[in-house]
Amino acid sequence: MEKIVKNEARRDFLKVSGSAAGGLALAFYLPTARMAQAADGGSPNAWVKIASDNTVTVMVARSEMGQDVYTSMPMLVAEELEVDINSVKVEFAPPAEVYINSLLGGQITGGSTSVRDGWEKLRKAGASARMMLVAAAADNWGVDASQCSAANGTIKGPGGKSATYGSVAAKAATMEVPKEVPLKPASQFKVVGNTKQKRLDTAAKVRGTAQFGIDTVVPGMKFAAVAMAPMIGGKIISYDDTRAKSMPGVHAVVEYSRGVAVVADSYWTAKKAVATLDPQYDAGPNADLDMTSLWSKMSDASNSAGAVFRESGNADAGLANAAKMITGEYRLPFQSHSPMEPQNTTAHVTADKAVIITPTQFQQLIPHVVGGAVGLKPEQVEVQTTFLGGGFGRRVEVDYAIDAAEISKAAGGIPVKMVWSREQDMMHDSYRPAGIYKFTAGVDANGKLQALKFKSTSPSISSRLFPSIVKDGIDPFAVEGIDNFPYMADAGLNFSYVMHDTGVQVGYWRGVSHNLNAVALECFIDELAKAAGADPIQYRIDMLDMGSTKHQWSGLSAGVPVGARMKRVLEEVRKKSGFGKRMPAGKGQGVAVMEGYNSVIAIVADVTVDSGYDVTIDKITTVVDGGTLVHPDQALAQIQGSINMGQGVGMISEITVKNGAVQQDNFDGYRAVRINETPKSMDVHFLKSDSTPGGLGEPATAVIVPALANAIHAACGKRVRTFPALPENVAAG
Amino acid sequence: MKVSFKVNGKSETVEVSADTPLLWVLRDTLGMTGTKFGCGKALCGACTVHLNGVAVRSCQTQIGAVAGQNVTTIEGLGGDHKVQRAWEALDVPQCGYCQPGQMMSASALLSMNKNPSDQDIDAFMSGNLCRCGTYPRIRAAIKAAAKMS
Repeated sequence: MEKIVKNEARRDFLKVSGSAAGGLALAFYLPTARMAQAADGGSPNAWVKIASDNTVTVMVARSEMGQDVYTSMPMLVAEELEVDINSVKVEFAPPAEVYINSLLGGQITGGSTSVRDGWEKLRKAGASARMMLVAAAADNWGVDASQCSAANGTIKGPGGKSATYGSVAAKAATMEVPKEVPLKPASQFKVVGNTKQKRLDTAAKVRGTAQFGIDTVVPGMKFAAVAMAPMIGGKIISYDDTRAKSMPGVHAVVEYSRGVAVVADSYWTAKKAVATLDPQYDAGPNADLDMTSLWSKMSDASNSAGAVFRESGNADAGLANAAKMITGEYRLPFQSHSPMEPQNTTAHVTADKAVIITPTQFQQLIPHVVGGAVGLKPEQVEVQTTFLGGGFGRRVEVDYAIDAAEISKAAGGIPVKMVWSREQDMMHDSYRPAGIYKFTAGVDANGKLQALKFKSTSPSISSRLFPSIVKDGIDPFAVEGIDNFPYMADAGLNFSYVMHDTGVQVGYWRGVSHNLNAVALECFIDELAKAAGADPIQYRIDMLDMGSTKHQWSGLSAGVPVGARMKRVLEEVRKKSGFGKRMPAGKGQGVAVMEGYNSVIAIVADVTVDSGYDVTIDKITTVVDGGTLVHPDQALAQIQGSINMGQGVGMISEITVKNGAVQQDNFDGYRAVRINETPKSMDVHFLKSDSTPGGLGEPATAVIVPALANAIHAACGKRVRTFPALPENVAAG
Repeated sequence: MKVSFKVNGKSETVEVSADTPLLWVLRDTLGMTGTKFGCGKALCGACTVHLNGVAVRSCQTQIGAVAGQNVTTIEGLGGDHKVQRAWEALDVPQCGYCQPGQMMSASALLSMNKNPSDQDIDAFMSGNLCRCGTYPRIRAAIKAAAKMS
């Protein structure tokens, strides 16, 4: 029996409205559910539930994907709530308006925003709840709240009166919400900044009891494995399910928008049955796509005029008058997110309700897109967020949740856990964009920058996901990492962006365009420094813009010049790394610096390059100005992890396409850093700061790449122009 | 087919096809989800368990080959194993997904080598991938565990 899958185009499921406001809010204001109140005890607000047995539950409205929101966000609440952080229970919040991330305009985990967005909001939530608990106790005692104090989950009143939070929680929920909520000064912090604080999720994660999406089990659940066309934009046009249907344990073979699923009693049975389907494909619009044609077209596009996103002075005049012109061009490849947990979702879709249990970074979107896909209203779709086995931006996409919902519905409304193979995960990603980055600089007789033209040519992520924020040919997420160019305020600058679709679907990848623009920029600044015969650290310091101009496309960065902060991290990294010392033949040091997400990071890499252009990393020295560190040990963990991931994309990882399909389908083809490739010496130093927290989940991924490339140049004289810095790409430099 | 074997000291009998990977028997048949699926090709180590005390990739171990043998999973480490204590003391996990496999490999390494060097750790642990980049802490935790009784 042969069936034909309906020729249905992939839904354009992200139709957002609104406009960029206040920096880079995505203005993604979908209607969301109201908060459910706790049945037992009371909920002074959406962030805190206190049961009559004194159990304190803190709602975490961001997704825990390794970056520590499970601990750092409750720490902010507990600081002001005056409860023992190590005794609180943590729950992942459902989609609700109150949980919208005001830096992103949606209930999204991304952009290194969780702690930044929560910094005031969560402390105020804790303080407000504490004030209501105190008010309730004071009211019971007939005294003024000012005569009472709260500590460690207990309220004390005059005359030795004492009440636990649990005993007044129900009443507290009915008290007036305070209008003025004063917060502690930093000098009184007991929880925030505690260097000894442990992660609250470690115990579960070392015992194997943490529930990831893939671990979901619900009563009556079946398992789904799927077949999809391997080509980007391709589809299955026919298949044969005769054998699959005859296999014991197979419940159903169903079609859904982008493939065919086998629903069975076990995942292994479903997977074996899928292997018998013999699908035939329509390769779709990208059938002939390969890297040669892709780069050729992108190169042509890079010769066209782009949309100017930063301009000051007169770059053309500066170039005409320069003593010397220096040009540089860099190519950066596609990258896969490849989180360790393959995409999966458990869905139960019935006539009037859908329950979606999924590892997602964007729970707010799911009721809308799943509802649309299976014919339910958003309010009929319940979303439960699990632990995420890595995210890195992949799970901002909700494609796999839609797939699972469609499969559940097609299989007759039974609960189904759909799990992708690693191959499907790697070949059906939304990849970090590839791009071409071109610089033309004019320098004076001393090598000092007088004028700089920059053009990036790269696909736009936001054009697909958030088209409303793309204006006049500029995707704010495509210009970050260089829109905040920190040097030479008085030079003639002209920075432009050529939006160029390659056919490969692109998505937000940890660090997004910092990983593109800032990588290229910091490589090129190194070229300028070397051309000037200058020390690369001093060359940068001497050029820093110490002014106060606010940049137009500040994205998720600070948006204001950060010259003073950059000077501090550069001077500190020079000291800590011994930068500038004489190195033996084959060894070199490289530096890079960047502001991203309101954190400023400088890295010095020490490398050895052998005669075959194989690179060994000897040492990484990192200095971070991340503002106030809420959870210092996990701030460190984020920097360590980011450097590791950045090392991967800088040195060994690359996604390529042939005949319209991604060529790498597992961790043999797509290399990621392993423990034997991890530098033995990785020093991370945080500068003391009383400023508001910066984002730390992403920026170091970008800074390590140019630091390594510049070290490679120092070691062997080869300039990496095509990444990753595999031996053949180093040799070609 | 019916297959009997021991998991964490307990006798289990399952009825599945003989080619079913041990990974899916543990996860789907026995409901022990601590062992993780990562790649399905023994490339990432997320599914590592012990078979008679030796670290194996359960995604490449067919259940038919496990009959009558002893399997230990992350659940069977017991929670108080020195590797788990060291992992907890150093807050090794980030997302945590690969960590059961990392700890099963680390505990197998320590059972053969009481005091592994950096080179020993690199050689034994390079089959366990971590996308969060927890390697510096994994290294430190293995050394810390080696010092524990």
